[in-house]
This record gives sequence, structure tokens and C-alpha cells, in this order.
Amino acid sequence: MQSVGDDNTLREFVYYEARLIDEKRFDEWYDLYADDCRYWMPLTRGQPEGAAHTSLFDEDKLLLKIRIERLRNPKSYSQAHPSWCQHILQAPSIESRDMQIGIAVLRTPFMYLENQRDRQEVYAGVAWHHLRRSGKGIVIALKKIDLLNCEAALPSLQLFP
Amino acid sequence: MTEYRHNAAAIRALVRDDAVHRDVYLSPELFDLEMERLWRSVWTYVGHDSQVPNAGDFYTVDIARQPLLMLRGTDGTVRVLLNRCAHKGSKIVGAGSGNCGKLLRCSYHGWTYTLDGSLRTVPVKSGYADTRFAESEAASGLTQVANVAIYRGFVFARLRRSGASFEEYFGDSLSSIDNLADRSPVGQLEIAGPPLRYMHDSNWKMFVENLNDTMHPMVAHESSAGTARELWRDQPADAPKPMVIEQFLPFVSNYEFFDKMGVKIYGNGHSYTGVNFSIHSAYSAIPEYAAQMEEAYGAERAQAILCESRHNTVYYPSLTVKGAIQTIRVVRPIAVDRTLIESFALRLVGAPPALLERSATYNRLINAPTSVVGHDDLYCYRAIQEGLASNGNQWVSLQRNYSDREKEEGLLGIHNGMSEVSMRGQFRAWVAAMAASAADEA
Repeated sequence: MQSVGDDNTLREFVYYEARLIDEKRFDEWYDLYADDCRYWMPLTRGQPEGAAHTSLFDEDKLLLKIRIERLRNPKSYSQAHPSWCQHILQAPSIESRDMQIGIAVLRTPFMYLENQRDRQEVYAGVAWHHLRRSGKGIVIALKKIDLLNCEAALPSLQLFP
Repeated sequence: MTEYRHNAAAIRALVRDDAVHRDVYLSPELFDLEMERLWRSVWTYVGHDSQVPNAGDFYTVDIARQPLLMLRGTDGTVRVLLNRCAHKGSKIVGAGSGNCGKLLRCSYHGWTYTLDGSLRTVPVKSGYADTRFAESEAASGLTQVANVAIYRGFVFARLRRSGASFEEYFGDSLSSIDNLADRSPVGQLEIAGPPLRYMHDSNWKMFVENLNDTMHPMVAHESSAGTARELWRDQPADAPKPMVIEQFLPFVSNYEFFDKMGVKIYGNGHSYTGVNFSIHSAYSAIPEYAAQMEEAYGAERAQAILCESRHNTVYYPSLTVKGAIQTIRVVRPIAVDRTLIESFALRLVGAPPALLERSATYNRLINAPTSVVGHDDLYCYRAIQEGLASNGNQWVSLQRNYSDREKEEGLLGIHNGMSEVSMRGQFRAWVAAMAASAADEA
């Protein structure tokens, strides 16, 4: 199995993914995800795997597409004032490389700010990227986001940490 | 704004047969009175007994500004206690849930209580010799809520001493909780994990009214469910629908669908939509589960349980139940313009895991602070909260399908689904409680 990429390439990929969200380049962002991807934000610390546990996000590619298209829909009333976000990333660490299955895992502590006109929310957490190589380059098999305040009462969170 | 506390006539004037005055959503004074006169005088949902399965298990919650502690005693009884040390008033339990062992112990001066709330020990009790301690409030331990009812595991409390009994208050509306519990082959439910917690910066009544508002989904949710429909449109008709598509699509059903769904009105503000069918009726069958249910109940009864497909049942004012998809939403008002909604998925004990997976998926898709459906609902509530500041028209219309016959005949029974009759029923209950004078408590 081929290496997913050297350390620098993997880190740059994580920065690039966040940048595409912040710049709302959602088509390019969507293409970074594998067809069998998962974008997962658990509701609790140490939440076990499995659909029997309620999560905050647990998106496959179809759900990501629905979110992206909805944001563009003029009838998305909650976007009357459009949401914008800003990721501030700590340098990702390469946690593991599994040459057998061709997956590299990166850990990236982050701050995430989501703004809507006069409202601005500040989140923090750790993102885990499970990356693999496909015909079109590096793709995201899994992005897991451990939100620091996942158990808190939250306001609307409309974009993508 | 008008002064309401000592003016029952002014409160009565807020609610017309077919409209309400904006102050019911805007006035901090009315919010205070709601906590005192409505929320403490009726039966509100505390929690589910499956959250405290063992002796010493506790679950804490604030209702109507009262810190409460639901606790299972060594005798197996679930009690609701005021979460306040008898000494200096510290909350006796700080955590949201857990197990306290055989005693509750205050974190400040170490007073301990047995699990029924009785005072057990006070450090260096000799200091109270020759005082009136024994006759004082402190000696009587933690205050227990006298009026607690547990129905199919759902724990309700009435904080005010006098008032309607549990059965009088809910009446036949309890059939929705029955249907939810009956969906377990052994008739038992369990809360599955912690809730989604969605903070709404809007008045609690907007959320409660919305649960039986069938005129909004095709408008407010067109961008989310409608987008899902568009993305699925090119699929062949017989293509198996992913669960998320199956759950999103009915939200953008047409007016006729929601009207024919029907709404049933009970007394005291309770109601449910989905008398005939609902947005949950067309979910894929889970054959293994259907077989289990037939074995448990017999074919006819199993069929009756599973064909009941109620949409939302409002247990006014604190709880809303979705039996057909096994989720509940709990309403926790915090301020006149601030409401916490906690949404739980329930496990049907004995049923295949696919049922809970479906419930947890629905809970996330619809009830989460990350939900594309929730975003637009909350946007609308906020827009109302801000728009009602308008001094032009100060009345909120609840006229859809109103007729003067409601005055004489009342509004109980089955109505067309798009009628705003459920909201009129809620405000009848609201004004009855609010115009009454404050009475004894606890």
C-alpha cells in the first residue's frame, strides 16, 4: 500500500481543508471527502461508535451535500444574515500511519469561531483526520471532531467546525 | 407595559378566543408569573425512572426555578426532593446525574441525609444542644415534593400542594405515552444516553405551539427537507431510500397531507397531531421487530400499536412526545426570551437495535443545535421575538379554523390538522392558571 503522503503534505492538507470551509468553497471542500466518508461530532466525551448513540454531526456524503445545497438555497431563512466561520488550527500531529490499510491519522487542536452579523460563537476542540489516498489525491475517510463543550446547551451551529 | 401581578383582569384581557396579546411572549413580569402560577401548579415532567435504575442514582433538574433532585431510595422508590441543604441552602448535589451512595452529603458543612431526604447526621451536633434545632426547619431534612406521579416510567411532579390530580390533569392524553411504551415488546422504555441540548433565545411558548403547528413545515423546512427531496428526485422510484431521506422528505408534504393528519385536543392544553397518519407513517418496516411485537401482543394488538402514528403530543407545558419515532423533547424555560430544549432518544427495551438507531438518527437530524431543520425553526422563533416589539399590531392571530361554536361547545376532540385549535387550547389553560391567585407551594 502506498503512503498517503509525507508529513508536510498531510499537515498542509488539514490546513487546506479548514481554509476551504472558511472561504465557503464548499464544492472543492466536498471533493476532499471520500465517497464513503464520515463527518462525525459526538455528543459526549468518549462516546462509543455506533448509530445508537445520538451525535451532533454524523454525516455521510449525502448529508454533507444536503447541508451545502441548503446553505445556497435562498429559502434558508436562518441564513438571512449569512454565517461565516474561522478555523484557527494548532499544528497537526501525525498520530499514526497504517500502511496496511493506507490510512494516516492526524490530530489537530483547534479554535472555531462562527459568526452571524452581531452574534459570534467561540468553540474549541480537537479534530481527527483519517486520510487516505485515492485516484484524485488525498481524501478524508473520517473527520471526527471532539468539541470541548459538546455537552453544553448550544445555540445554532450552522457551518462546519 | 401593564402591571399584571395584582391584576387578574389585565391577564384575562391578554387572551381572546382567537388571538393573544404580544405581552405573553415579551413581558418579564408575565414570565415570573408563569413560573409561579402555571409551571408550579401543573404536572411537569421531571425525568424518566430509567435514568435512576439503582438505589442512590440521582438526576438533577431545575423546574420553575426550583432546583430538584430525582433520586432512587434504598427502598427502590423514586422521589423528587428539593436540591437544597437544610442548613445553609447549598445545592446538595452539584452534578447532573450520578450515584450518591447510601447518603447524600453536603459539600459545605458535611450534613448528611438518607435517600428519603431525612437528616441523618450533623457534625459535632453537641453545638446544637440547648437550641431550638429539633423544632426548626433544618431538622426536617430535605423538602420532598409531595405530588409525584410515575407513569410508564415518566416521572412528573406538581410543585404546588393543591391542584388537579395527575389523572385529572392529563386524562386520556396519556394514551400517547402508552403507545410509546407499548412499542416495546415488554412494555418498557429506557432513556438512551444524554440529551441534545439546544438553547433557544426565544419564549418557551413559541416552541410548544410549534409542535402542533402543521402550517410551517412546508415553508420553514423547504430549504432543508426540500433540498433533500431535490437531491433525491433523480433516483428511481423503487431505489431504497436512505434513512435520512426517509426522515426528511415528509417534512415537505403538502397542505392536504398535514390537514388530513388531524389534531386531537384534550383539556388543560394537551393535544396531538397525527390522528389519522403522520410524517412517521411511511418509514420502512423492520420485519424482525414486527414479528417480535406480534409474538408479544398478538397480531391484532401489535397491529393497533404500530399503526398509531402520532406526530407530536404536547403534555402542556413541559413535555412533548413522539411515540412513533421514540423521542421526547423537554421544555425548560429560563427567561422570557430564553428556553432550553432537551431532546432524548428512547430505547424500546427488548426491541432490535435498529429501532434505537432510527430514533437517534431522527433526534440528530431534527432536534440538534446542528440540525438544518432546527436552524430554521429557531430563526422563526427569534424573528417573532424581535418582530413582536412592533407597536403597530399587538395581537398574535390564532384564528385558523376558529368558529364561535368553540365558545359554547368547547374545543375538545378531533379537528382538521391545520387548525390552530391546539394553540387556542394551550392559551385557555394558560389564562386559567395565570388569572388564578398564587397559592401554597411545595
